[in-house]
Amino acid sequence: MADILQILHDYGLLLLVGQYPQGPLGGLALTLCLAVAGLCLSFPLAVLVGMARTSSNKAIYLPVSTLVHAIRGLPVLMIIFWAYFVVPIVTGTSVSAVTTVVCALVVYELAFMGEVVRAGIQAIPKGQIEAARSLGLNGFGVMRRIVLPQALYQMLPSILNQFINLIKNTSLGYIISVNELTYSAYQINAQLLTKPFQVYAILAVTYFLICWSLGLCMSRLEKRIHARRNQRGLAASPAL
Amino acid sequence: MLSLDFSAILQGRYLDWLIAGAAKTLMLFAASWLIGFLLSLLIAAARSSGLRALQAASAAFVGYHRNVPGLVQLFIWYFGVPQLLPEAWQQWINATGSEFIFATLALSLNAAAYMSEDLRSGIRSLPPSQLEAARALGLSYASAMRKVILPQALKVAVPPLINQSLGLFKSTSLAMAIGVAEMTYASHQVENESFRTFEAFAIASLFYWTFSFLIMGLGHVWTRRLSARGAR
Repeated sequence: MADILQILHDYGLLLLVGQYPQGPLGGLALTLCLAVAGLCLSFPLAVLVGMARTSSNKAIYLPVSTLVHAIRGLPVLMIIFWAYFVVPIVTGTSVSAVTTVVCALVVYELAFMGEVVRAGIQAIPKGQIEAARSLGLNGFGVMRRIVLPQALYQMLPSILNQFINLIKNTSLGYIISVNELTYSAYQINAQLLTKPFQVYAILAVTYFLICWSLGLCMSRLEKRIHARRNQRGLAASPAL
Repeated sequence: MLSLDFSAILQGRYLDWLIAGAAKTLMLFAASWLIGFLLSLLIAAARSSGLRALQAASAAFVGYHRNVPGLVQLFIWYFGVPQLLPEAWQQWINATGSEFIFATLALSLNAAAYMSEDLRSGIRSLPPSQLEAARALGLSYASAMRKVILPQALKVAVPPLINQSLGLFKSTSLAMAIGVAEMTYASHQVENESFRTFEAFAIASLFYWTFSFLIMGLGHVWTRRLSARGAR
């Protein structure tokens, strides 16, 4: 225990922000930045993927479904390696490891969050869509005004869950030497050499606290949304 | 433009590495799946038992494995735990090439935590009167679990369990971080030596796709069979 406090005292700042402000941002701050960037970039794309996956147009549905399955069939590490190789070809310039990891995480998350969006869209009762169509809205209008607002609200807990997954997956940046939390711990361990258990225990506890507290938020949110929907359901049927 | 030449890496030592990597991945998957599945039965039973201490311990086990990245779990086992063992054990571990053992351990514990959650929701989907009836017939808690509850819960839990198996199969690639020469490691090694990046990653990806789609297909077949049975 004394060892752990000593490590936290000596290296706590390094774990939190890396070499910042003398050097690049790293540690926990970078981990969270990577996860937030991954979420923000993959979310709009995931909405498109979700819409495509519920589309009745085969020309849209088939290629997107194939892509989703292809991504789901690969380990994240493999996608990171692909990104390392493909992204510079696409952009024409060499890119940093941070960009590589964000690209890889966005691609990976796309497949999973796309399924979350799909489930959200499919949970909206068909009657609503028919009613909206009969009121004269076109397919896109129904999506934008009726289906997505409700679906996204119900999906909030699942999106938070995906964010937790993203945080955990950022640890893979370690493999290509992105300066995030796991890599910082690895560096500290390489300096100390004699206390790997303590260093990695600190690392594990840090991840645990973040993901666990987000998980708590998630289940609270879930309950709240559930309660609110039930309430509305009751209000909508006064005859009972 | 890229000029592709798969034959360059499908021969000699490159091919040997890839084959060995594929075999390692499958071994890692099979061993971790088996251990993980058996453990998950125990954990699910412990979590549904009325005993406070057992429930808390299994909840902590599941909580740890769900909220810490798999890579960090691997590091704890591979770098951290040996430090806590007696000197003689450490030497034995170092002498016997411990990467594979620790990777299997870490992956199977992780899989056990996730699978036990699926089993638990399977158990919860059964009416509680089942357990009560089994107990009333004179079965002990353990044999009521083993003979009545778990077989039924398992059936309900098969689709999520198949999904977990896919996750486990993919996470075997994490083992490369501690030097297990599985498929991802092998493809990286081939890429490093031959500079045939596209070919090396394409072959590894094909390997992962083959087995991932097999596992996904299994899930589809099962769900279809179940719904066909329900419709009858």
